Amino acid sequence: MTELLIIVAIVVAVIAIAQVVKIFELANKIKGVKESDITDKDNDTQGKLLLTFGILFMASFFVMTAKWNHLLLPISASEHGVEIDLLMNISMGVIIIVFLITQPILFFLSYKYRGRKDRTATFISHNDKAEIIWTIVPAVVLTVLIVYGLQTWSKIMDRSDLDDAVVVELYGKQFDWTARYAGADNNLGAANVRFIGGLNTVGVISESAYAKQMAGLDNNIAKAHVQMSEELNANKRVKIEARLAKMESKKSTLTALVSITPKDLLEAAEDDVVVKELHLPVNKTVHLKFRSQDVIHSAYLPHFRVQMNCVPGMNTDFVFKPTITTEEMRVETGNEAFEYVLLCNKICGAAHYNMQLKVIVESEEDYNKWMAEQSVFAASNN
Amino acid sequence: MSEHGHHEENFFSKYVFSTDHKMIAKQFLITGMTMGVIAMIMSVLFRIQLSNPGEPNPLFELFLGDWAKGGVMDPNMYLALVTIHGTLMVFFVLTAGLSGTFSNLLIPLQIGAVDMASGFLNAMSYWFFFISSVIMLISLGVETGPASAGWTIYPPLSALPQAIPGSGLGMTLWLISMTLFIVSSLLGGLNYVVTILNLRTKGLSMTRLPLTMWAFFVTAILGILSFPVLVSAVLLLVFDRSFGTSFYLSDIMIQGEVLSNVGGSPVLYEHLFWFLGHPEVYIVILPALGITSEIISTNSRKPIFGYRAMVGSILGIAFLSFIVWAHHMFISGMSPFLGSVFTFTTLLIAIPSAVKAFNYITTLWKGNLQFTPAMLFSIGLVSTFITGGLTGIVLGDSALDINVHDTYFVVGHFHIVMGLSAIFGMLAGVYHWFPKMYGRMMNKKLGYAHFWITIVGAYGTFFPMHYLGLAGLPRRYYSNSAFPMFDNLQDINEIVTVCALIGAAAQFLFLFNFFYSIFRGEEAVQNPWKSNTLEWTTPVARIHGNWPGEIPSVYRWPYDYSKPGADADFIPQNVPLKDGEEEH
Ligand code: HEM
Ligand SMILES: [Cu+2]
Ligand SMILES: [Cu+2]
Repeated sequence: MTELLIIVAIVVAVIAIAQVVKIFELANKIKGVKESDITDKDNDTQGKLLLTFGILFMASFFVMTAKWNHLLLPISASEHGVEIDLLMNISMGVIIIVFLITQPILFFLSYKYRGRKDRTATFISHNDKAEIIWTIVPAVVLTVLIVYGLQTWSKIMDRSDLDDAVVVELYGKQFDWTARYAGADNNLGAANVRFIGGLNTVGVISESAYAKQMAGLDNNIAKAHVQMSEELNANKRVKIEARLAKMESKKSTLTALVSITPKDLLEAAEDDVVVKELHLPVNKTVHLKFRSQDVIHSAYLPHFRVQMNCVPGMNTDFVFKPTITTEEMRVETGNEAFEYVLLCNKICGAAHYNMQLKVIVESEEDYNKWMAEQSVFAASNN
Repeated sequence: MSEHGHHEENFFSKYVFSTDHKMIAKQFLITGMTMGVIAMIMSVLFRIQLSNPGEPNPLFELFLGDWAKGGVMDPNMYLALVTIHGTLMVFFVLTAGLSGTFSNLLIPLQIGAVDMASGFLNAMSYWFFFISSVIMLISLGVETGPASAGWTIYPPLSALPQAIPGSGLGMTLWLISMTLFIVSSLLGGLNYVVTILNLRTKGLSMTRLPLTMWAFFVTAILGILSFPVLVSAVLLLVFDRSFGTSFYLSDIMIQGEVLSNVGGSPVLYEHLFWFLGHPEVYIVILPALGITSEIISTNSRKPIFGYRAMVGSILGIAFLSFIVWAHHMFISGMSPFLGSVFTFTTLLIAIPSAVKAFNYITTLWKGNLQFTPAMLFSIGLVSTFITGGLTGIVLGDSALDINVHDTYFVVGHFHIVMGLSAIFGMLAGVYHWFPKMYGRMMNKKLGYAHFWITIVGAYGTFFPMHYLGLAGLPRRYYSNSAFPMFDNLQDINEIVTVCALIGAAAQFLFLFNFFYSIFRGEEAVQNPWKSNTLEWTTPVARIHGNWPGEIPSVYRWPYDYSKPGADADFIPQNVPLKDGEEEH
């Protein structure tokens, strides 16, 4: 029914436009002018419309900015973010000034020089001086922005002072995040997707994890052998055979992985802490490391001006220092319910739009208290 | 160059398998417009989803069937719509539809040639494009849905059907379609370059070439140099998908299954993709700028300001466009040092772009502006090119990109600078050269209405998106309702959708005007806009071979408008210099 109505509406609209067009054409015929000729009246009307549009466009820019400014991200909650914001404000300032100069000129000139039959244009083919000026001025402005931008960038990307940074790994998978803290030794253990299994959701490689996985595999292998001895159906025997082969190969993979992992890293992994919330102590440098289990994700922490892709098969990282606790931000924004969040910002599948992790910034005492309540990785392998 | 014999033509050789460049141009235009309407309807659908997340809508069920059971759009379908929308708009509408149409139509006409260097290759170029379009449309109907990994199809998402259903058969068809598309684009591009280099009429030196020709020439070169790299990216992806290689895949566990791939890197794909991807945005915009240069000069009744600087900036932009690709990858995990290099090269592009914008504005100064619908769209283009170009200065700065990358700020930026500018250029071109294509005029009043509704709708749609981005809203989100921090953006989202609906509706005015005018439009005169370029010296009746008699020779540049001492306010290129007259 709706479909029919839509079709009818379209047909009626088309006929209506056709009729209107016809009426205009007839009127023109009577007046003896061609419809397509651009008359002085057309130029006048369109010139005025262009001017009006230019004015309204500029006005609406101010209105939008005034009305929506409070919806933008609040002040940066990280140290480098403050610098990004400053650079952003300066760049925005520059482009808004250029915008507010060029657009009005464009629409004003369109209006001012709207055509008239009794006027002719002035033949001006070029003007070297003017052209040099508007090549050099943008070049100078851009040089300043480039130099300033590059300085900020290299400060943000600086990795030289990480000695007492809190090390946290964020592990993305369709469609959630897991955080892994480096534990008391502040040293993250190694990890690999092949170690994922059971409670080891991020594939940490450690002696205890190895022992547990091997025990589980041996157990299943033994069970499969028992099944095999009782099974007479040839088809099913083939299947069990395949399962056995797979488990044996998994065993050798795990063994190989453990044997190539340095001893100290195996050791370091045992006290890692794997959790589903990101707690950060305020005013301490945080070294975030990223990995992904399946497709590319992007860890986006808009309030901290932090973003980095999480790429399967690769390690990426970002260093920053949170400066405002969740509590303080609630006061700052006047929003009781304010929470920091981590979003996924690289298309990753159906629930990409809902791939999030709660982030809490708190005082160092609170952070330590929370951390003390968490259990270490080794405990999950008992 | 031999004169084409006037052989008997039947329906098929005239309208379907024609090798006449003017007919091929129309074929490109109509196919491109069809794809444009489809892509536009898709954007309307996902815009409604964004402003009314999760609400059942009968339109969804009407268009999407099983993908919107009970009128609620499936999240996978949302991603599929976004992906195909982007693919169609960028490649099928604004590459093939724009370059294909106007390069074909104008190159022989403006350089004084009877046809393209190879009419056969040219027809092949169209038919490859046609088949690729058909395959892309077929992919919309497959059971697991069309490609859904975004128009950039980053692996592993695009490589693994387990990751998203659209990466099954839908992605296979996407890859086949795009490969054929690239073949089409290369055949066309080679032909354009060869034609412009070799078939210029007597007297038409490169420095007398209209700016449209310069733009199409450089665009074709960009395509020839960059599209092959996309072919290799696509081929390696096909290998990874079907033959178990690991170019882009490593250490992946999906749906509980560990894949055997090791050693590959998705970042490699990103480099290959953007090596085409960035020049591609100039492949889209340069022809639009070329068209605009012509239209603004003609309708200002003034020479284009700074012809040499305009040519220089086209060349500068083209060169730089090859060394900025990694500005799409600042936070991909590549070395921060590369980030610095690409910030530097990217911001340099702003300089030739600024020169172009200033020269357009100065061309209007002291002109006698004739506001044809084409002129209005060209002025609109200058406005959107400036607005969108300026936000590029923010995105090109690696330090700033950290926080706006992949947000709606980006969506706003590229729609305005590339989407709107190029669409405006294309529409301007259609209004301006319609008389050359169909021998009739388009309706002026409908054209005016179309322009005004379009520019209001378009700015209304894309300008507010910058605020959404600065509020941290990511793109490619099926719904913004999963995060309380975005709840108060609902008002903006509704305004955007309303404007998108208005803008989309206005395009039907254009479609009506277009088809109505083909059959019923007022008959055109030979040179309706009093223009200087050679295409207007051909007869209104379109003939194979373009000029009935001898091909005109060229004696001057194309911009002698309102030249002091001349009888009229324009002097076509084929008019010899008068005694004592200086060439501009
Ligand atoms: C009819 C007017 C249009 C509307 C309302 C519209 C709207 C949108 C929106 C809202 C998105 C983002 C969706 C998301 O990220 O979830 C999008 C994506 C996109 N649009 Fe448009 N658009 C329009 C026309 C165009 C044009 C003319 C182009 C040509 C350049 C274009 C190219 C793209 C591209 C490349 C994407 C990115 C697709 C992706 O993320 O993979 N669009 N469009
Ligand atoms: Cu994700
Ligand atoms: Cu780019």
